[in-house]
Order: sequence, then structure tokens, then C-alpha cells
Amino acid sequence: MVPENLLYTKEHEWVKLEDSKARVGVTQHAQEQLGDVVFVELPKKGAEVKQMAPCGVIESVKAVSELYSPLSGTVLEVNPGLADHPEKVNQDPYGDGWMFVLEVKDSKEVEHLLPPANYRELVGVTP
Amino acid sequence: MEKTIKATPLLAQHEKEHAKLIPFAGWQMPLEYRGILEEHRSVRRAKGLFDLSHMGEIEVTGPGAGAWLDRFITNKLEALKPGQALYTVICREDGGILDDLVVYRLDGKFMLVVNAANTRKIIEWLEAHKTPEASFRDRTEEIALLAVQGPEAQAFLQPFSSIPLDSIGYYHGAEGKVAECPALVSRTGYTGEDGFELYVEAARAPRVWEALRAREIPPVGLGARDTLRLEAAYLLYGNDMDETTTPLEVGLSWVVKLEKDDFVGKKVLEDQKRAGLRRKLVAFAMQDRSVPRKGYKLHIEGKFAGQVTSGSYSPTLEKGIGLALVETGALEVPVKEGTGIQVEIRGEPHPAVVCKKPFVQGSVKRGT
Repeated sequence: MVPENLLYTKEHEWVKLEDSKARVGVTQHAQEQLGDVVFVELPKKGAEVKQMAPCGVIESVKAVSELYSPLSGTVLEVNPGLADHPEKVNQDPYGDGWMFVLEVKDSKEVEHLLPPANYRELVGVTP
Repeated sequence: MEKTIKATPLLAQHEKEHAKLIPFAGWQMPLEYRGILEEHRSVRRAKGLFDLSHMGEIEVTGPGAGAWLDRFITNKLEALKPGQALYTVICREDGGILDDLVVYRLDGKFMLVVNAANTRKIIEWLEAHKTPEASFRDRTEEIALLAVQGPEAQAFLQPFSSIPLDSIGYYHGAEGKVAECPALVSRTGYTGEDGFELYVEAARAPRVWEALRAREIPPVGLGARDTLRLEAAYLLYGNDMDETTTPLEVGLSWVVKLEKDDFVGKKVLEDQKRAGLRRKLVAFAMQDRSVPRKGYKLHIEGKFAGQVTSGSYSPTLEKGIGLALVETGALEVPVKEGTGIQVEIRGEPHPAVVCKKPFVQGSVKRGT
């Protein structure tokens, strides 16, 4: 499942552009690969993040995975629901499983993100 | 060195179930089917079915087989009754553990069940110490191992079993039929729950698996096998023990019978017991939501104290738990239940506390 209204990274994050802001999470493919998510370490509100630099950690039962920020900017909001319910990442990766919202620093960076068709190709999903 | 990956007799079944497959100790094994948490909970609450055919089975025969094995295993073989099983380790001369294993006394033979990763190592060890009084054979590829584990295991399995299962005590086995296939059925397992391990001829394994699955027992992979055993505080070779640890250091003194006649490693273990241990395997639980992992460093009162040997998320307790080898000889404070420790996770200290084993008490029928 690769929603049309989002952009993607090759590390399996999704981005929803909301004016000057961007909402970030991980994709259906990512949560399938990860397995049951048991802990999410998110960047703090106010933190500066850089495009494709690790900004957090997603722990599944078996492994620790880096969370990469798809764009550079300042973290405005962090999903408070994930601390108690990390399984939301598995159950609703594009909805309730959202991770953080950032203030976009440089909109030109959006050019480096993958449109849905390219991401579909990356993960081998037929539309 | 094995370069090709091996398939258990049940690979086709796992593929049919869309299992996530991973290479493990040279075998293609199911990590999970529906998800580790769900599979784990199935076993704790009711039942689950495992394919453990990657484990090694070594058959030992001959008039001197028992006495020969008793020279390597630290536990006492002689008192074992037919059908009875024994958990033990085999040590090197320096006391380091080569493997932990289960030894079955069967009709006219012994069967060693060893870790998949150590099968070759133990065969080579037996080869290096061979005697005309005994012979041994690697039967790993001919024998499949399935496990039915959980508080409902007996009730579930009984209709398939020719043997009355309540006649099989803990760490005992009996030969009979399961789903009309000849099987050795033992009340053993690695989950902390009641349950059975079924040794069947490899060619018949798919039939047994499918018969059991048809009555809706959920399949459980190696991912949940690990979280289940960790909650039960069972050790994993390669994590919690290896050739650099002695059984005394990792809490296995109960399988070391120093009153036995000589066995490999006995002298070193006696010396270590007399001198006192300088390292100890402890159980700990995180006090925040973080997850400890193998290799993470521990500190106690600001001093480096050792490393995590096994760590994961406990689905039952809903927090991180682990085992760690603590350098008690280097510390001034005693390390016991309630001692606070700091686990270093990605450069930050996270609070944890030493606790009692097991973390979770399941339905395993010890002492029956």
C-alpha cells in the first residue's frame, strides 16, 4: 500500500507536505519488514533535523532500526500516542502511527524525495 | 564449513504459511508467521507449534556408551531410567562450555540433542575422544523435531497420541505414535510452559505438522521462541554462555555434579568453586520503556560492571528484560535482587534493576 498523496524516502519514511510543514512516518513496507514495533525513540520538540540523517530509533522485538528525517528543519510536534502504543506503527502506519511534524527549512529538498510510483518500484509493489 | 543453507523437512509448510524465513545456524528457519507478539501470547495463554528440526541429534550406542558419555557431560548419566532425559553441558578442559544439551536414555542407546550451531563441533569433539566401547552417528537430517507448547499442550496433543500423555513426567519421554507416525514424545521444552517435543522421522514430519495444524494450533517461529525462553530465564548458547564461560558462572552449577568420577573440566570447576566466582549471570528488568540488547554495557554505581548477554522486549511484562554477565569480582557492592544497574543504550544510561528468575512463571510441570 503506497498512498498517492505522500512522498517517500529510500529508507521507507513517508512525508505528507502540509504547507510549510511536513508530517513524517514509516511506510507499510517498513512496518512489515520491522515486525512488531515495541519502542519508538523520536526526536525532541525543537530539535533540528537534517535530510536523511538519523533522528530517532524504531525498536521491533528482534532489531533496532534508524529513523531518518526525510527533510531538514525543526521538529514542531511529536506523536504522543506512540510511547504507550508503539503498535500503532504496525496497525496504522500512515494514520495514527505518524511520528513527527517538522517545519520545512528548504523546500528545494523535496526534489530528493521519491514520488509514489518510484517508491512502489523500490519495494516491488504493483499499483 | 557449511556453505549451502539447509531446509528442514517442513520448509514447504512454512512457505505455505507465508512465514518470514531467516537463515539460522545454516538452516532456513521461520522467524515469525503472524507476528512475534501474537505467537508469544498464543503459547503463554494456550498453545503453539514449533519446527525445531534444525537441532542436532546424535545417537550413541555400544556397551560402554553410558560410561563414555559420563566422561564428558557434567551431569550424572548413570541414574537415568529408560525414557528419561537429562539437561547438561559439555565442557572443555579449561571449564569453558562447548554446548548445553539434552541426553535421552532410550532403548539400547542414548540420544544427544544439541544446538544446531554446535552439531558439527560436538561430532568433532566425540570423534577426537572416541573409544572402541561406543559408536556415535549424526542423525540430524533423518530426525525432525516438532514442539507443542503451552498450558493447553497436553489436551491438544492427546487425541493425536497413542501414549497417555499424563503418564509422561517432566524430562521423560516415551515411544509411540503421533498422528499415526512413530514418535519419541518427551515432556520437555524451552518456553517455560508445559508441553512436548516430538521426534519423528524426517519424511513423516510434514504429515504430523499438517495433522496438528488442521486442528488449529498456531505455528510459532524462532522470534517468539526467543522471547518465551528469555521470560523463562532459560539460557541461549552463544549469548548467555560460550567457551569463555564456565557453568558455575552462568548459574548452571545444578548440572555440574562434582561428586562424579573424573569428567572433562572437573578440576577447573572444583578450583573455581573453591576460589569463589568472579562473574555471575544475573537477570534484570528495565525501569523505563527501553529495550536492552546483547553487548550493551552495564554500570553499577558508576563503575563498569559487565555486558548484556541476552536482551529483548517481554510481551508478558511489557518491558525490556535481559540477562547479563556481571563482573562481581571487580565490584565492591554485592549484586543481588533489587540492585540498581544502568544499561548504556546508544550512549545514554537507562535504569534497570536486578530481579529474580524466571521473569515469568509459566505452566511448566517441574517436579512431576
